[in-house]
Amino acid sequence: MLLEIKDIHVHYGKIAALKGITAAVDEGEIVSLIGANGAGKTTTLKTISGLRPLSSGSIVFGGKDISKMPGHKRVVAGIGQSPEGRGCFPGMTVEENLLMGAYARKDDHSKELAEAYELFPRLAERKTQMAGTMSGGEQQMLAIGRALMSKPKVLLLDEPSMGLAPMLVQQIFTIIQEINRRGTTVLLVEQNAQQALQISHRAYVLETGRVVKSAPASELLDDPQVRAAYLGGDLSEETAAPAAPAVPAPVADTAVDADGTPAGEEPDGPSLRKSDG
Amino acid sequence: MNLSKTSKGIGGRGFSFDPLRDRWAAAPGSARWGVYALLIVGAILLPSEAVGSFMAGGGGDWATLLSDQITIYILLGLGLNIVVGMAGLLDLGYVAFYAVGGYTIGIFASKFGWHFWETLILAILFSALAGVLLGAPTLRLRGDYLAIVTLGFGEIVKKTVNNTQYVNGPRGIQGIPHPPTLSEFEILGVQPLKYGLLDSRPYYYLLLLFIIVAIIFTKRMERSRVGRAWASIREDEDAAELMGVPTFKFKLAAFALGAAIGGSGGVVFAAKQTSINPENFTFLVSALILAAVVLGGSGNIPGVILGAFVVAWLPERFRELSDYRMLIFGLALMTMMIFRPEGLWPSRQRKAELAEGTGGMGSMGAEVAGPDTAGPGTAGHTAEVGK
Repeated sequence: MLLEIKDIHVHYGKIAALKGITAAVDEGEIVSLIGANGAGKTTTLKTISGLRPLSSGSIVFGGKDISKMPGHKRVVAGIGQSPEGRGCFPGMTVEENLLMGAYARKDDHSKELAEAYELFPRLAERKTQMAGTMSGGEQQMLAIGRALMSKPKVLLLDEPSMGLAPMLVQQIFTIIQEINRRGTTVLLVEQNAQQALQISHRAYVLETGRVVKSAPASELLDDPQVRAAYLGGDLSEETAAPAAPAVPAPVADTAVDADGTPAGEEPDGPSLRKSDG
Repeated sequence: MNLSKTSKGIGGRGFSFDPLRDRWAAAPGSARWGVYALLIVGAILLPSEAVGSFMAGGGGDWATLLSDQITIYILLGLGLNIVVGMAGLLDLGYVAFYAVGGYTIGIFASKFGWHFWETLILAILFSALAGVLLGAPTLRLRGDYLAIVTLGFGEIVKKTVNNTQYVNGPRGIQGIPHPPTLSEFEILGVQPLKYGLLDSRPYYYLLLLFIIVAIIFTKRMERSRVGRAWASIREDEDAAELMGVPTFKFKLAAFALGAAIGGSGGVVFAAKQTSINPENFTFLVSALILAAVVLGGSGNIPGVILGAFVVAWLPERFRELSDYRMLIFGLALMTMMIFRPEGLWPSRQRKAELAEGTGGMGSMGAEVAGPDTAGPGTAGHTAEVGK
């Protein structure tokens, strides 16, 4: 296993955020952590990347215990993260942001820079624009591209679809698959469970700081309990079927709306589907 | 949110320095050096009577005002700028380092007979050490929490010297020697290297030298790996750590370097005054230096110099208004912050950060939620709707 977390407990003050999570990610996989708000998904990622200290348990990366390693050294070890809420440096240009991604590297990083621009042509168009003035989708692309600049062995993605229009969500997930195909292991945290499960090999379902289920993603997609809790249940099939029976994408869109993504998404959701149909 | 951004965030409200900045960026090296040379000549001629008759209102001595107030504030402003402007750490107890510098020369010069230059080096080391001592346990805190702890540190230093018999408690230390005279040579009626009681101008030139060194040093830092690390910490500390920046180490470095500059200011201050007491190091000094940095445009060296100048000079210039001047001064600061929150002369990067809502004081705390600073999720959403 490339990355193993063993029975980790994490506290915010006295409140336990993680109550013994055990999970593993193998080389070449896309693994998802899904679950509701407050289930501990983001905390798990932050603990892996070293932003939150462990109360107990251990994290093993590449066979080495990194539980006590500070965050900035884990980057060098091969853990790259695109943080929640994107976390771009707003006062730096796109290119400066990407170069910050290679801050810890001493070798030549021009190849990764070219690759980031190739994966996200939009960023290449906006090299000199301040990151703070870009749209949410562009900032998300930048955050992922920046995380890739450190040439990570495992890429941690925290809610890459948050706050994005459905069409962009689709695009981001396609790119995540492409990144994985090029050899980077991905650990994905998502509220958008349907989309996440579709591109993942395996997934863990988190509830209030515990793993309640772990299985291959395809199995979870068919699991009635998971469907009811995170995928909008049977509802999504009924509403989606008459609209566009053959195309898989709209099914996903309906699920996005039904499973409780920010309500603000709705105004552009329907209009997009109309133009599709 | 997008609308408000273009109307006041990035575009800047009112007068903008952007055209000037672009011209500057495009100017050839020789032109830049010309401007630097002119600025230095201007600074050297600044204490002259012709300037002083207007600048020092109400019969004050312009050269004394320059050396006792303005240049000290500029030097302290440059030091605090490293902490607040570059690394984005809110420090409300900066006066503590100024005090460490002042008391270092006070003790070592008056009790052990060390001379000025020796104590200067020692004071720089001591204040940097004080910066590390304050930073090591507290820099895990962020934003407003850090501000409160530093505020406490400033008070601790003041209260400690106030209650220490060794440094005469509230009476302070007297009889601190002036710096030794380096040369008696005279030019245009000034002996710039003869440090005595009567003429303030040599101290002004000494501080001017310190300021120039501080500017060169800060500029070098800004463009280095250290500067980039500070910028990333200021803009988003968690993200900086995720980029492999050892954030704690760099925050500590910012504290130590800022403190060292503050300490050097304290040494010159004490040597000029020949006596110091705890009342020289009140919270008001910390507050005014911070006001100078923020008012001028934190992170931008010319802005900080301008801000420090305004903060030090305005209340003195309008001394004839007596008690009302502080009231007017306060109102002026408030008006400024309403209409130009990014400062008189902000850096471009800083303006973009402010527009994003963190104000560059780190990603947690020290940030005031307003209509413009919606959470990241909603921000992304609004941006997407535009397409």
